[in-house]
Amino acid sequence: MSAVTPVVEGRGLVKRYGHVTAIDHADFELLPGEILAVIGDNGAGKSSIVKSICGAVTPDEGELLIEGKPVHFNSPIEARDMGIEIVYQNLALSPALSIAENMFAGREIRKPGFVGNWFRMLDKKEMERFAREKLSELGLMTVQSINQAVETLSGGQRQGVAVARAAAFATKFIIMDEPTAALGVKESRRVLELIKDVRARGIPIILISHNMPHVFEVADRIHIHRLGKRLCIVDPKQVTMSDAVALMTGAMQPDAVAA
Amino acid sequence: MAEQPTASGQEYEKSLGQSDARVAEFEKRRHTPLQRVQHILHSNPTMVPVIVLMMACVAFSIIAGERFYRPFNLGLIMQQVSIIGILAAAQSLVIITAGIDLSVGALMVFASVVMGMLGVNLGLPSGIAILLGVGLGVTGGMLNGFFVTKLRLPPFIVTLGTWSVFLSVLRLLTGSQSIRSQDIDATAPLLKFFGHHIDIGTPPAGARITFGVLLMFAVFGVLWYVLNKTAWGRHVYAVGDDIEAAELSGIRTKRVLLSVYMLAGGVAAIAAWASIGRVGAISPNGFAEANLQSITAVVIGGISLFGGRGSILGPLFGALIVGTVESGLRLAGLDVQWQIFSIGWLIIIAVAIDQWIRKVSA
Repeated sequence: MSAVTPVVEGRGLVKRYGHVTAIDHADFELLPGEILAVIGDNGAGKSSIVKSICGAVTPDEGELLIEGKPVHFNSPIEARDMGIEIVYQNLALSPALSIAENMFAGREIRKPGFVGNWFRMLDKKEMERFAREKLSELGLMTVQSINQAVETLSGGQRQGVAVARAAAFATKFIIMDEPTAALGVKESRRVLELIKDVRARGIPIILISHNMPHVFEVADRIHIHRLGKRLCIVDPKQVTMSDAVALMTGAMQPDAVAA
Repeated sequence: MAEQPTASGQEYEKSLGQSDARVAEFEKRRHTPLQRVQHILHSNPTMVPVIVLMMACVAFSIIAGERFYRPFNLGLIMQQVSIIGILAAAQSLVIITAGIDLSVGALMVFASVVMGMLGVNLGLPSGIAILLGVGLGVTGGMLNGFFVTKLRLPPFIVTLGTWSVFLSVLRLLTGSQSIRSQDIDATAPLLKFFGHHIDIGTPPAGARITFGVLLMFAVFGVLWYVLNKTAWGRHVYAVGDDIEAAELSGIRTKRVLLSVYMLAGGVAAIAAWASIGRVGAISPNGFAEANLQSITAVVIGGISLFGGRGSILGPLFGALIVGTVESGLRLAGLDVQWQIFSIGWLIIIAVAIDQWIRKVSA
């Protein structure tokens, strides 16, 4: 394990909000090509640590390394510029805008030459072509129109667009924050398949989820977060779901399982 | 070892294999004719005002006859709506971001007064007076934008406040004195530039198109381009649609909002210049109802007050609908109260249609 450079590594991260210590000298590590699930009880600080990785929160102490190099993010936009994408639980898409427009929100392509530089004209054809290509790659392209408003799609279809957007632009890794929480059983299944597809394309994923069956199905390793720090990392093939829940709630200590 | 994940999912999901697997795919569905209409209107939000405008024209041509549809009257309608039309364009920008600007009318009057005082009373070159007036509009808009973005105050409250502030300051500055038409002609004729006109055909039969009318069409044309063909324009819609989603997508929402208020202020100042040409004189007490009239045009034009929806061309048709209805009812010899009565109903119907279109489903 020490031979590979982690895609992202956090060392001794600390974040305090007044008297509350949300992250208490926590470590974090994502390896190339893996799905790392992050689980923890409510308030364990799992969203805080993930926010500190994607730039939404700036840690007070500690070191963050991307591919072995120290980085310091002041905003999620900086993290995104480095190729880190996030898929949110609440489907961060603009309902009235089209699929193509949503995929390119905040990073539109302008036409080359005079009209692009001087009149700032968007290259809609190119953006539509790219969006169509990325959706087809993930098998989502039985869509009626790439210019269809996102609000006319079902929850699963919307999450499909969000995953496709992340997969299209992520060069480092993707963070998925409860991507199936808002979805029904069948739609969750489709999104899980999408997550595996994305891993198969070589993009590592950090998956935050409360859903143990989903975590155990797709994760390569499970990071268990408790009381603001990493309690342990377990292998889903070696540990049962009930053990994982016992660990994250404190009913069991990590040395009880051979991880 | 209890739970063993299988290749095709979890144990408890076994029955999924027999169920319809096409949930998360995109598929075609059958629609009733009404749903199809809803869909067409959803993707073409300008269609409703265009249809209403055409229906109004046909109806008044039948009721009021030749007096309504002769070119001169149609040109007159456009002249009458040109100032409110330009103001409605400014208002649309703010409403698309799910805000509202109650101060645009006051800001327009403020800018026209400043242009007049600098150009006529102080004798500055007209071009500089106009530029400073536009600068005032942009600054006033920036003030609104500052309170909305930095202090996170509701746009309704902010612009309700600046409306009073702008009006009081401009009346203090002028002592509520108007600037007479002859004085403008003598010292700063450029201020009345948009009052010039082109005649198509011979008056009184032909149509008279003022430069102000051409300016209105140009303003809408430029804003249509900016909103639909540039990244900034798409960001304006994204911010109005769902500001959190826009923020999470990496759009700098505060910068977008601030720029929208500044542009709205600038457009209001351009309306101020055009208003000098239309009215002739500059009065600090004119255009008292311009705020509400601009909102009326925007709403009838099919722009959603909830933000993120509607075409900028809608308010152009919205303003023309108001002008057509007023002209038609006047020519039909009805009491002026019936004009106000009809506009009131048009607003309510327009919002009801918007609500219905918003409920569109896949």
